[in-house]
Amino acid sequence: MNFLLRPLVALATTIALAAAPDERRSGYDIAGPEIRAMQDDDTANPGNLWVLQGETLWGKPTGAADRSCADCHGDAQMTMKGVAARYPAFDAVLARPLDLEQRINQCRTEHQKAEPLAWESEDLLAVTAFVARQSRGLPITVSASLELRPFLALGKQLFEQREGQLNLSCSQCHDDNWGKQLAGNLIPQGHPTGYPIYRLQWQSLGSLQRRLRNCMTGLRAEPFEYGAPQAIALEFYLMERARGMPMDAPAVRP
Amino acid sequence: MVRERSGRCSFSAFGGGEGSTSPTRRRLLFVTAGAGLALLVPPADATEAAMAEAIRQLVGEAPLEPGKVKLELPSIVENGNTVPLTVSVESPMTEADHVESIHIFNQKNPQPFVAAVHLGPRTGKAYVATRIRLADSQRIVAIAKLSDGSFRSGGADVIVTLAACTEQ
Amino acid sequence: MARVLINLPQRAKRGDIMEIKTLIQHPMETGYRLDNKGVAIPRDIINRFTCTYNGDEVFQAELFPAISANPFLAFSTVATESGELVFSWTDDRGQTQTETRQITVE
Ligand code: HEC
Ligand code: HEC
Repeated sequence: MNFLLRPLVALATTIALAAAPDERRSGYDIAGPEIRAMQDDDTANPGNLWVLQGETLWGKPTGAADRSCADCHGDAQMTMKGVAARYPAFDAVLARPLDLEQRINQCRTEHQKAEPLAWESEDLLAVTAFVARQSRGLPITVSASLELRPFLALGKQLFEQREGQLNLSCSQCHDDNWGKQLAGNLIPQGHPTGYPIYRLQWQSLGSLQRRLRNCMTGLRAEPFEYGAPQAIALEFYLMERARGMPMDAPAVRP
Repeated sequence: MVRERSGRCSFSAFGGGEGSTSPTRRRLLFVTAGAGLALLVPPADATEAAMAEAIRQLVGEAPLEPGKVKLELPSIVENGNTVPLTVSVESPMTEADHVESIHIFNQKNPQPFVAAVHLGPRTGKAYVATRIRLADSQRIVAIAKLSDGSFRSGGADVIVTLAACTEQ
Repeated sequence: MARVLINLPQRAKRGDIMEIKTLIQHPMETGYRLDNKGVAIPRDIINRFTCTYNGDEVFQAELFPAISANPFLAFSTVATESGELVFSWTDDRGQTQTETRQITVE
């Protein structure tokens, strides 16, 4: 494509995705005052217990290489600032996007020569929370590059297609019915600003993929495996849909 | 810590879980915010009598006067697993006149006790904040034992739209 | 060792009432839940918390299963002298975790 056209196409996609950016509300925006207070106060937000653990792991030499994250990346406050806000990101070697958890695990296997951390394990949640914490307040800025276009399209399609025994799409709830009450839950717009989140329902920290699995199980649809290309595409579409919204990880959600 | 919890849980369609419930008896209800509360059906109270008994054990024959004790919690909570609660008691907290302890009770969890805290003049303020689990909409009661041996009480009602998972 | 967050001022004026907030990682397993085989999961909670200030107990709490997972407690104490605040949490197995914070009072 003509390089002059690229920004225009990117712009057009952005506009189509976020039809009315000013109407976007994060889970924090629609939460009650108690949940917001819990999220805002560092000692009251249980997510910070994982951030604290992540900070310890960041400095701990691991694997056959006996290197710590800090050995290569130094002070996370500087080097990880804004990183979580642009994931999933394209991996040129694998020719597909990786989400933050996968990117961290890639450093474990390739750079630390260690076993990857299991999905939803305490350690993976902790390191992810620590990295994501460094993006607090920064706007979501996933890449709009051309090679990511097909993955975005797949994510959008998955978001809009009806599925499960309830035969509903994500969009029917999160675009068309947000703000309404569903069996005791307020339907949010579904923006992934705060992951990993401390979810009161879980009484624990959990990843965006776990949250998506909850919605899919709710639809009586078969959830995607952790790390499945569809799950990453959906994450990527959700991040694009939330472009520009501030990150608030580790968030507290009902 | 255990993350993937099983066990009995009142799953809402999107609240809960990874766990699967019967696919057939699900009905989706979209209602505007607030109206959902009408759907609440309080189950039979398990421990209202237990709470009364627990309080009697604490205060004995002493009169239980309302007032001075302020119990704050949100009037409607989105999730019963983690409900912020604060109790404060009007007291100069001096050697001669202070609150010795604050006892928090609930009506409808499996056990009437929530917490008991012991204070004194060194605490400066008769105050405690914590987070509690609520299995259902109910009344929460706090009783303060004062240094002169008398008791004061206060309480608040709370509506829970999604009960605490672990207390069912 | 469970992770702990404690918030209190590092310095205070004598006589000030300081707010202290604490958070500890713990599932607070109620004993009322069943696992997927229908077997009751044994109760495992932090049942006691204390705070001492230069050796004197200034605050103590007895906790029950109705306290949320990852228990949070906020309370206050009067700044009397410089020294050490010791926080301890004891669980159903009798294990105690202790954390110490220094304070300067002028
Ligand atoms: C031996 C050095 C080394 C170690 C150890 C290491 N990394 Fe990396 N990391 C890199 C390099 C080099 C990159 C750049 C991209 C690449 O690998 O292709 C990177 C990239 C990253 C990125 C993506 C940054 C971006 O801007 O997109 C994240 C996140 C990351 N590392 C996290 C971690 C974490 C967390 C740990 C510890 C668990 C860790 N890394 C350990 C070398 C390391
Ligand atoms: C029937 C309505 C419904 C459908 C369909 C649905 N969700 Fe949800 N979703 C919810 C509700 C309700 C919540 C909030 C639950 C809560 O607050 O406990 C939620 C929460 C979320 C969140 C968390 C937002 C935050 O603030 O952290 C994301 C992300 C999400 N959904 C994505 C999806 C995706 C992707 C799909 C399609 C696979 C989907 N949802 C389908 C009702 C739905």
